[in-house]
Amino acid sequence: MKQFLGFLRKEFLHIFRDPRTMIIIFGIPVVQLMLFGKVISTDIQNAKIAILDQSHDNTTREISSKLLSSGYFVLGQELLPGDNVEDVFRQGKVKMIVTFGPEFEHNLERDGKADVQLLADASDPNTARILTNYASGIINDYVKKEKLQNIQLPDQINVEVRMLYNEGLKSVYMFVPGIMAMILMLISAMMTSISISKEKEMGTMEVLLASPLKPIQIVLGKVTPYLLLSFINALTIILLGVFVFGVPIKGSFLLLMGEAFLFILMALSLGILISTVAPNQMVAMFISLLGLMLPTILLSGFIFPIQNMPLPLRIVSNILPPRWFIVIIRNIMLKGTGIQYIWKETMVLIFMAFTFIALSIKNFKIRLE
Amino acid sequence: MNEKVIEVHNLVKKFGSFVANDHLNFDVYKGEIFGFLGANGAGKTTAMKILCGLSSPTSGEVKVAGFDIYKETEKVKRNIGYMSQKFSLYEDLTIAENIRFFSGIYGISPKDRKAKQEILLKNLDIESAKDSLVGSLPLGWKQKLAFSVAIFHDPKIVFLDEPTGGVDPITRRKFWDLIYEASDRGITVFVTTHYMDEAEYCNRVSIMNEGRIEALDTTENLKKQYVAKNMDEVFLKIARNTE
Repeated sequence: MKQFLGFLRKEFLHIFRDPRTMIIIFGIPVVQLMLFGKVISTDIQNAKIAILDQSHDNTTREISSKLLSSGYFVLGQELLPGDNVEDVFRQGKVKMIVTFGPEFEHNLERDGKADVQLLADASDPNTARILTNYASGIINDYVKKEKLQNIQLPDQINVEVRMLYNEGLKSVYMFVPGIMAMILMLISAMMTSISISKEKEMGTMEVLLASPLKPIQIVLGKVTPYLLLSFINALTIILLGVFVFGVPIKGSFLLLMGEAFLFILMALSLGILISTVAPNQMVAMFISLLGLMLPTILLSGFIFPIQNMPLPLRIVSNILPPRWFIVIIRNIMLKGTGIQYIWKETMVLIFMAFTFIALSIKNFKIRLE
Repeated sequence: MNEKVIEVHNLVKKFGSFVANDHLNFDVYKGEIFGFLGANGAGKTTAMKILCGLSSPTSGEVKVAGFDIYKETEKVKRNIGYMSQKFSLYEDLTIAENIRFFSGIYGISPKDRKAKQEILLKNLDIESAKDSLVGSLPLGWKQKLAFSVAIFHDPKIVFLDEPTGGVDPITRRKFWDLIYEASDRGITVFVTTHYMDEAEYCNRVSIMNEGRIEALDTTENLKKQYVAKNMDEVFLKIARNTE
């Protein structure tokens, strides 16, 4: 028994003296809990909406203020009758448009009913569904309360809900862009980083560097196979999405593939960067999985809406390349936007690619010293 | 034996404030088997990496195969061979595939490659294993193969970084037979090792300690100088002197 206790004591000493183990035992559960608690919340706060009020009477104003003071919505834009609804959604400024028809109150008093239209951007069907539900709930709530107080106000306000871009609220529309981002990151970034790290670990990298091969040839040689494979994969995913799941490509196919190519380049340069800091394959894989895969799945807007997340997580989300790529893909495929609406996101990806390449070169030079 | 293939003059290599190589001066002649000895951490590997063009000196003049290491690094690399501590061949490629890859890098034509491959396989007596994965070969075979591939393109100098680690003395002896053959063909062999008995196989050796060369001569002369029976004793005496 004494021997066992001695052994047990040694084991505890190992654990407490190793910072990495301590992080895993205490740090990770806390992080996980905070992350999942905050990220997987289906509650929506401060979603940007636009209101098109063609009446501007007391009732419409009261309903509007009820909506905006609920905590669920903020006014992203006040719309005028001439405004192009498609443009507003394409710009991505609002997630839902609430429209009150003309002579709203008048219709209500005279005919006993009036119509409200909720137009939601359903390229993210989960959010759209929640937003329309909330809004409908608030409006109906208003009717009930008013009915109790003021017997003159008749029955119903019809709420007409329309889901734009994804009438069927098919979640596959949401997933396909996210899956594409994830797989391209996996193949391009992770596999590239593992391949180069493996060469370092095996000792063959030194032999290559001592040979007449120029470093640029080595890097290109490592990267090109994954470039080709990733591109084929991107194509396959899109084709499967279109022909098996019926995901539309409303925008330009060429633009779509162009953006995919850009994303692959960015992911490859990230893979190279990881390989310059990872001494062996295991570390490269670890960094790729924990640093890329997990955040991509949780924080990139792939599954869980970004605007639900607390500010710190939203900031983190902004430095994740997939977050921008998903916006681009969703826009092209589901909303049919051209480059003029997604140039900002495209610039971000280009900037990231350049940064990774510059950092990789810097790291490489330092090692040569 | 008179042509200098390596010329090192006041080579200094610093990492921050740590001086890994402190004003090294030595020359290596064509066809020599030159042993670069020293304890771990003495600075051997650092110096050898500089000679192979894998890292840059902090200061000093270095010429390898007649080319300046600063300005003509590419030419240096074409004329040297390198065998790393971890053997240098790809385990998941066959012998033939490995040879094909390295031939391509060093610009050997397919015709020449096939001819030389025949000779190599016959020499090592592994014709039957031509299409076997290198990973499936015993350690001793891998080492000999790695060496043969390192000199496949007939370089002027071949650099060996602790080539016989982890192998029994008999296998090591057989490996050195290959080194002798190469030397006979006029290839200069620059080998680092911490096995002192291997020092006996070299023509000349240098012994490094804490970044400096403490001794540089033939093994015969060193044994006389330090009144030692073998290189092991020479090394111990030198190490004790500098304590």
